Amino acid sequence: MSTLMVLVIVIAIAAAGYFIGRQRAVSKEGGNVKPHSLPHYHGWWVFLASALPAILFIAVWAAGTGVYLERSAIAELPPRTADTVIASQSLELGMVSGIARGLDRLSDAERANLPQTFAELQPLLANKGVALATEGQDYMIPIATEWNRNTAWASRIGGIVAIVLALAGAVFGLSGVHVRARARNNVERVILGALIAASAIAILTTIGIILSMLFQTITFFQSVSPSTFFFGTVWDPRFAAAGSGGSQGQFGLIPLLAGTLYIAFVAMLFAVPVGLFAAIYMAEYASRSVRSVVKPLLEVLAGIPTIVYGFFALVTVGPFLRDLSAALSGGYAFIQAQSVLTAGIVMGVMLIPFVSSLSDDIITAVPGSLRDGSLGLGSTKSETIRRVVLPAALPGIVGALLLTASRAIGETMIVVLAAGVAANLNINPFEAMTTITVKIVNQLTGDLEFNSPQTLVAFALGLTLFFITLAMNIFALYIVRKYREQYE
Amino acid sequence: MNLMTERNLEKAVNDKMSAQGNAIKMQGKDVTVHYGDKQALFGVSLDVPEKMVTALIGPSGCGKSTFLRSLNRMNDTIEGCKVGGLLTLDDEDIYNPKIDVVELRARVGMVFQKPNPFPKSIFENVAYGPRIHGLAKNRQQLDEIVEKSLRRASLFEEVKDRLHEAGTGLSGGQQQRLCIARAIAVSPEVILMDEPCSALDPIATAKVEELIDELRENYTIVIVTHSMQQAARVSQRTAMFHLGNLVEVGDTEMMFTSPTEKRTQDYITGRFG
Repeated sequence: MSTLMVLVIVIAIAAAGYFIGRQRAVSKEGGNVKPHSLPHYHGWWVFLASALPAILFIAVWAAGTGVYLERSAIAELPPRTADTVIASQSLELGMVSGIARGLDRLSDAERANLPQTFAELQPLLANKGVALATEGQDYMIPIATEWNRNTAWASRIGGIVAIVLALAGAVFGLSGVHVRARARNNVERVILGALIAASAIAILTTIGIILSMLFQTITFFQSVSPSTFFFGTVWDPRFAAAGSGGSQGQFGLIPLLAGTLYIAFVAMLFAVPVGLFAAIYMAEYASRSVRSVVKPLLEVLAGIPTIVYGFFALVTVGPFLRDLSAALSGGYAFIQAQSVLTAGIVMGVMLIPFVSSLSDDIITAVPGSLRDGSLGLGSTKSETIRRVVLPAALPGIVGALLLTASRAIGETMIVVLAAGVAANLNINPFEAMTTITVKIVNQLTGDLEFNSPQTLVAFALGLTLFFITLAMNIFALYIVRKYREQYE
Repeated sequence: MNLMTERNLEKAVNDKMSAQGNAIKMQGKDVTVHYGDKQALFGVSLDVPEKMVTALIGPSGCGKSTFLRSLNRMNDTIEGCKVGGLLTLDDEDIYNPKIDVVELRARVGMVFQKPNPFPKSIFENVAYGPRIHGLAKNRQQLDEIVEKSLRRASLFEEVKDRLHEAGTGLSGGQQQRLCIARAIAVSPEVILMDEPCSALDPIATAKVEELIDELRENYTIVIVTHSMQQAARVSQRTAMFHLGNLVEVGDTEMMFTSPTEKRTQDYITGRFG
């Protein structure tokens, strides 16, 4: 009995419950007691009482039996000794489950006279399109057979229990249908629960991401000490062949951090004035009709995928700056095509809509009475903006800029294409530097052993980046909140 | 100055003088105001005599605030607002394209319904106007202007020890007097007040009213108010608005004792509004 079929049966039972429940509610109306809930609420309550526990059970059962079956398979594996051929237990388990999946595809006749050695089994399964690793051992075959048998049992029991649960739920729901039953409130409670579950998923996912990075980072710090990572000034991970050992490589964060902050700084240098002036124009000067056209147009910039900005930097801006510098110096191009400047300018363009849109909201939120007060004293519009509106909006704008800066720091695709990969530590904006995000991409896309420091460093970098942006966001939120209190 | 007296004489001859004999400072002739398609004022003609308090009364939405705001062209800041007719300050058309609206607003100051001090210190609030208009040549002069303005607004004694604390930290009544001090600091000729006491408690209101009475000596004041008692207490002339029209204008005493129009009488006695 497949899970899908069980699911269909459960939903069918619940749907039937809906119609019967509604019908019952209608038939019980008509006395001189005012019904508490409309009939369709009774129907929905029966539906939920029937479907929800059964579906939850199916999910828990599937996860639980998966873990249980793996455990029991591991228990049956021969104890590991120094001369075990296969490198790790998880690899061994993977092979067993591969064989089990292959056996599933065999016909009953073939399964009846199953070969007892792996050497014979392998070509048989290969015919069925299941490729197995060559180190398979004979002792795995009975374990795999056992695994398949247990899986079939578990799903059969699970299916039956789920259907029984659905029926029981439907009966429970139907028995509760009477005129004064509070089906409406019950449905409301289920909706509340669903909404809470949805927001919990978002939070739990974040926690899960942090934890997964944290464990890899801890593994990384077991081979490279935190102090050489955080304070090292040389980035040279040295892609050694897997398992060769010896060459350690240097994992200094400083050049990457410097590159990240430098490029973000150049981007902000470009985006803040342009974005802020655009916001001031739209909030204070533009008439309503102009605003309704210009604002969406500006926000189109925010919708362009950053990889497209990356192309733009690589193909247009970078070569243009290089040729321009060559023309200026008469031959020698002192601006490299991939440089801090290129990446910064293009990233700045990307950030303009963020700065302008956030600042626009904040400037508009400054009470009109302050503008009136200033204009009423005979100041011009720009004096009013410079001396009254902007100072009042400043904390909010700073918060908005911090949010934008944390975006600049986390930005990846533009810098991958436009900033270069050389982990230099310099202050010349015309040369290539690299960022944390670029190095994460580099370290993870190589053909490397997964548990080598060369790969694991990506997680340490990711976690560092996460904490930098988290700190900036918290600081920004703190400032924005403080600012809000001023007017309320 | 000579010109002024000549002009005043001329006005007196033309029988434009008010009962107390003050000259006309501002004048409206057939003033109409449109907000988009909606007309808010239908040809209002009203004189504002110099160094007197003129109160504008009438039920909500009658156009009294609209008229007040057109006196210093604050209506310009509202999108889609159009002003017609003639409005003059010292016989000069203030809607003439040659008029600098910024300069006009420096001459015709305004105090708003809700106290709206800038989120700056008390000192900076008052110094704001003099700074942008370059009224003080040095710090000492600026200090003097600020102190004088705060004294005129009878606020100096209360705040002299905390001039550099935030203006928004004052009580509502103090904030409103701070806004009056801020308006005075630019040495305007006319001060417009749009329901200046509607957000204040009775004690603060009494203080502001007392202040308005004192300011009359040096400034021409136009005040919009919802309170009949306030109009009676602080003003010398009262103008009654209804549905975008000027119903009646006259000396306050006369308006409150023997109004000629029935609508005025009904409003003053509380029968509508």
